[in-house]
Amino acid sequence: MLDVAVAYSRYQFLGEEFLTWIWFMIENDQAALQKIDPELAALEVGRRMVLVNRHHRDAGETVTIKGDHAGMEEGLLTLKKGGMVAEIHLVYRSGDHEWQFSLKGESLNISSLKVPATGKVESQEEVEGAIIEKIYLCDKAVGLINRLYGRFIKLRLGNAWRQKVVPAMHRWIASA
Amino acid sequence: MGILSTSVSITQYRVEGRLADPVMETVRAALNKHAVDDIDNEASEQVIGWTPLENPFAPNFDSADIIIDTTFVFSLRIDKKSIPTKVVQKHFDLEMKRRLKESKRDFLARAEKQEIRDRVVNVLSTRIPATPNVYDLTWDYEAGQLWFFTNLKSANEALESLFKQSFKLSLVRLFPYTAAECSQDLSGPEKDNLNQLKPTVFME
Repeated sequence: MLDVAVAYSRYQFLGEEFLTWIWFMIENDQAALQKIDPELAALEVGRRMVLVNRHHRDAGETVTIKGDHAGMEEGLLTLKKGGMVAEIHLVYRSGDHEWQFSLKGESLNISSLKVPATGKVESQEEVEGAIIEKIYLCDKAVGLINRLYGRFIKLRLGNAWRQKVVPAMHRWIASA
Repeated sequence: MGILSTSVSITQYRVEGRLADPVMETVRAALNKHAVDDIDNEASEQVIGWTPLENPFAPNFDSADIIIDTTFVFSLRIDKKSIPTKVVQKHFDLEMKRRLKESKRDFLARAEKQEIRDRVVNVLSTRIPATPNVYDLTWDYEAGQLWFFTNLKSANEALESLFKQSFKLSLVRLFPYTAAECSQDLSGPEKDNLNQLKPTVFME
């Protein structure tokens, strides 16, 4: 394995490609997402997305889209110019419940994770049960991310990436 | 931050290696050995150690619950004293003037000034209480999976260092490269491809 610090910066692009692929899948193939996570009712882009352009003529450009009903046109325009998604806020629905969290491409760090509401902890005796429940609920979001990343990296390291995924994403970006 | 907070952040780790049996006793002994110390009346500016999740300000693991269901649950505590710069400057200034008067000199050498500054910080440190920051973690020992409930860089670095020191096990932070490298679903050739990857250009 490569030195961790070297690997972190050298493979930053991989995390950004992952988030860009998630956005593409959300817009174009919810059925495939449901195959990856059979308990998924819906996965949506939430109220914030950060895009960066590192590899093209507009290198260094950062675009932040935010707001509950933010239009994604500017995001697609940034992709058109060679940008990638660096950070994304996601809303995950399963059954009647909803999870919200932000995911950062370069680190895969999960932040601002809000899980479905649970009962109030009113005594010390209830703490243990509350922790078990919280771990279970967090695991739904973490598990989703890990399964999505598992699917992405399998695609990314195989021939299907160049032959199928990249052309499909190209068409999606170009059609915007 | 707390696992029971309304909104949480998670940094994922893979834990490499096995502990000596019985695991429960090994973990408890390591936690007790590296439990956080109280520095409120000491000159130390910072201390890092383990503390029980349910009782973070009484760091004693002898009777603390450290396992819930099948997962170890405890916290990292970082206590830090922040002395305002202006307070240091005020006491440094007073002490410097006193030294000049006593020695009947017009100036002090650089080394003397540094010595005064260090002493001022030391004295102030014994008078200022440390601010505690508690970060929870869950460790599924059998799965080799650890979640640290913060993304803060300094806290993650402190965790990695203290964990290795306490348990003699390596923590691998899971980011895009390491998550792929640690994946059991990828074949050898696929992992070889990982090392050759170049960024994709979607739009020429």
